[in-house]
Amino acid sequence: MTVSPSASSASTASSGADAYTADEMMTVAAARRLRSGSCFVGIGLPSVAANLARRTHAPDLVLIYESGTIGAKPGRPPLSIGDGELAETADAVVSVPEIFNYWLQPGRIGVGFLGAAQIDRFANINTTVIGPYDDPKVRLPGAGGAPEIAASCREVTVIVRQSPRTFVERVDFVTSVGFGSGPGDRERLGLRGSGPRTVITDLGVLEPDPATCELVLTHLHPGVTLDRVRAATGWDLTVAPGLRETEPPTARELAALRALTGGRG
Amino acid sequence: MATVVPLAEAVGNLVHDGDSVAMEGFTHLIPYAAGHEIIRQGHRGLTLIRMTPDLIYDQLIGMGCARRLVFSWGGNPGVGSLHRFRDAVQNHWPAPLEIEEHSHAGIANAYVAGASGLPFAVLRGYRGTDLPSRTPNIRPITCPFTGEELTAVPAINPDVAIVHAQRADRRGNVQLWGITGVQKEAVLAARRSLVTVEEIVEELEPRPGAVVLPEWAITHVSEAPLGSHPSYSAGYTVRDNDFYQAWDGIARDRDTFLAWMDENVLDRKAAR
Repeated sequence: MTVSPSASSASTASSGADAYTADEMMTVAAARRLRSGSCFVGIGLPSVAANLARRTHAPDLVLIYESGTIGAKPGRPPLSIGDGELAETADAVVSVPEIFNYWLQPGRIGVGFLGAAQIDRFANINTTVIGPYDDPKVRLPGAGGAPEIAASCREVTVIVRQSPRTFVERVDFVTSVGFGSGPGDRERLGLRGSGPRTVITDLGVLEPDPATCELVLTHLHPGVTLDRVRAATGWDLTVAPGLRETEPPTARELAALRALTGGRG
Repeated sequence: MATVVPLAEAVGNLVHDGDSVAMEGFTHLIPYAAGHEIIRQGHRGLTLIRMTPDLIYDQLIGMGCARRLVFSWGGNPGVGSLHRFRDAVQNHWPAPLEIEEHSHAGIANAYVAGASGLPFAVLRGYRGTDLPSRTPNIRPITCPFTGEELTAVPAINPDVAIVHAQRADRRGNVQLWGITGVQKEAVLAARRSLVTVEEIVEELEPRPGAVVLPEWAITHVSEAPLGSHPSYSAGYTVRDNDFYQAWDGIARDRDTFLAWMDENVLDRKAAR
């Protein structure tokens, strides 16, 4: 396989039958982290990756959307969390109070799969406002199901494009808690899930250091330099010993992804 | 006892300036026809309650009907921002909009408490987030049995709940199915309620898994065919995802938005 990703993360990796975009690498890397079990799926990037996992190595993955659809098997990633196909293909459709109270809150769901507008070194997520709350520079959609997904799923995976705007020292607003301000905070707050396990970006993969809870770089995607990741990170990034390179997408993964998205990446 | 009346009459009877109004439907069965009727009747000063404001509240906010918004996720699902909501919060156009912001779990439980005749709901939620510092209606509570610190939100008991359903019979018994969201809780929590339906039938055929709202728990039922568009009514219509995408362009600009509302909402009478 010949891969020579270009310098710009948004653009297409260059020539060759197996060329892929940085977004495709990110989605494939995220999908690989999902195994069998259940996954509470956010809309957008998480939904595409979760559906890719179900189409490739994890056919038994149970996709759960906050609209109350448990075990949805959509043919294409839905535009919203409540598209009709989710209900038509689900094992069960339950009310919104039930999905949050009976299924999410007691810790029945394995992986919470979230996006972010900002994420900080302790993997706290902001999807509420950029700038001050009372006079925001950008008013974002807000919390949705995310705070309780981040609290109660047994673990959390985050997928987010990496740039100095998204990877910040401190989020402007804590919508969903990762590790708060460091070790012990989740326990102190009574959050029963173990928190973020993996953050997958278009440049690489970050994981929390077990001792400090700080996100450290564990993988670089092919062709991405460490300098570039550092430049896209708003804090002094620690690199894990034994930094590895992500396996590039296989032809099968790319074909399945493009079949899902209609080639939109 | 539900009475079956035309939509304009139902909205006229039930919605008054300054009321708190919950129009629910979680992506599915959103009561657009009723929302448009509220806009046509020119109501002002409403407290609008909805988990996902969606395009329907983007329209009500942009038309100046709302004073306050209680919500948990204010985006255009899978598309991006609600531009009228953003413009109101960021630039106070067309009027300042107070917000009371929650998570989905918080609002869902507040409706459950409202429907249950309880003053508040308790949940494992919000802990460690910045939401309690911005929303006074999110407070810590200690479990009297274990001492564990949890979170309480007050019950939501709207003046009016409005939902859309697939069908009703002539007496006003309502049947809805598919993604049922928090519609049942919203109706049972509210002082008055309106259910718009795709069709009124002679007799409701029993349907496994359907939610049935008996006529004695509802104030008015109105027939509003296609009344959930661009949302959908499973078994009758499909979600108009193209319109949700087109709305991004329509709502981005104030004049384009107003022109669209003039042509598509204000100049039209309710279907019946």
